Amino acid sequence: MRSFNYHKPDTLDAALALLSGNDEALPIAGGMTLLPTMKQRLAAPEDLVDLSGLPGLADVAMEGDILVIGAMTRHADVAASPLVKEKLPALANLASRIGDQQVRHRGTIGGSISNNDPAADYPAAVLALNAEIVTSKRTIAADDFFVAMFETALEPGELVTAIRFPLPEVAAYMKFANPASRYALAGVFVAKTTSAVRVAVTGAGPSVFRASDIEAALAESFDATALERISIDASELMSDIHADNEYRANLVMVMARRAVALAQQSG
Amino acid sequence: MQISFSLNDEPVTVDVDPSTLLSDLIREQLSLTGTHVGCDTSQCGACVVHVNGDSVKSCTMLAVSADGGEVRTVEGLSKSDADLHPMQIAFRENHGLQCGFCTPGMLMSAIDLVKNNPDPNEAEIREWLEGNICRCTGYQNIVKSIIAGAAAMRAAS
Repeated sequence: MRSFNYHKPDTLDAALALLSGNDEALPIAGGMTLLPTMKQRLAAPEDLVDLSGLPGLADVAMEGDILVIGAMTRHADVAASPLVKEKLPALANLASRIGDQQVRHRGTIGGSISNNDPAADYPAAVLALNAEIVTSKRTIAADDFFVAMFETALEPGELVTAIRFPLPEVAAYMKFANPASRYALAGVFVAKTTSAVRVAVTGAGPSVFRASDIEAALAESFDATALERISIDASELMSDIHADNEYRANLVMVMARRAVALAQQSG
Repeated sequence: MQISFSLNDEPVTVDVDPSTLLSDLIREQLSLTGTHVGCDTSQCGACVVHVNGDSVKSCTMLAVSADGGEVRTVEGLSKSDADLHPMQIAFRENHGLQCGFCTPGMLMSAIDLVKNNPDPNEAEIREWLEGNICRCTGYQNIVKSIIAGAAAMRAAS
């Protein structure tokens, strides 16, 4: 990889100052995506701003009825957190199945959602749970955050500091993982609250999206049988070496039914 | 830039370019070649070491990220051939390796597993080894080795 100037600020303000107005600077959290990208020289920042020295960004806590997870919390820590397991077990379960254990020891939730890989797991949870993304300058609703493939509403130099998850009545995530990379070929997160059902799909399209037909069917009857007559339009889904769009469309429905069944069991 | 950390319980201070990977620092500058680089794309797990007690892929971590921390490589598991770690003995006794290329990573992952889960079952071992690829043995004897190694580690503790 090309060399760079390495910075490890110890305050958020210092990190923001290093990133501000510098198009050649990139922040790094766990580096599980950025470092491989830099090795391939698809990214070659002049300045790398390591966020691992910032205090207070890896806390997990309840604020009222909201589960707040700091952006630098590692996947392994979300998976193992007694609080997450108690309050939002579907999220702990999702985190425990990202990549492999060594990746989960480095990768962070903030890094994952900021990268918005079309096959990443966390964006499905954030979108289905109607979470709020807290950044260094504002709070962004999940519906507004994930814009397109590898693109979010974050402005240059803006950093995610925490994700705020309202607690659902029941929720579950099921994915069909690529057996080599563990990325989702299709992953479906289903969340039911007292007022609504939200369903987010990852891995299948160019970016995470809500499946409105599935949501409508489940709002009428929150049961896997409610999805038997539903299918989703394959024309907007991805085709690649791993799976074509028709196959992904079928997988989405299979994962949706399984997620609903799992949510019913755990609820 | 200059970084300092503990490597296999010994303090080290080295000058590294910020773009140096931890695996390259360990192998090229510090000459500990037990840590292997197989794929260099965080898939195969031959490069797994412990950083601050957790197993990580050293090919996908900057050396500067280890500054101030504790790193343990496969060389840090035992002082001599006569004094092998229980997990190393278990791999030897259960034919847990053939060519040996993946073995350092397998050992470091396995020992981290047992730290988190002292009595893992076969499914838990296979799940934990998701990020360690072996192209010789088909994993059967690796799983057997880890079950035996975990038992030996429990007995020793």
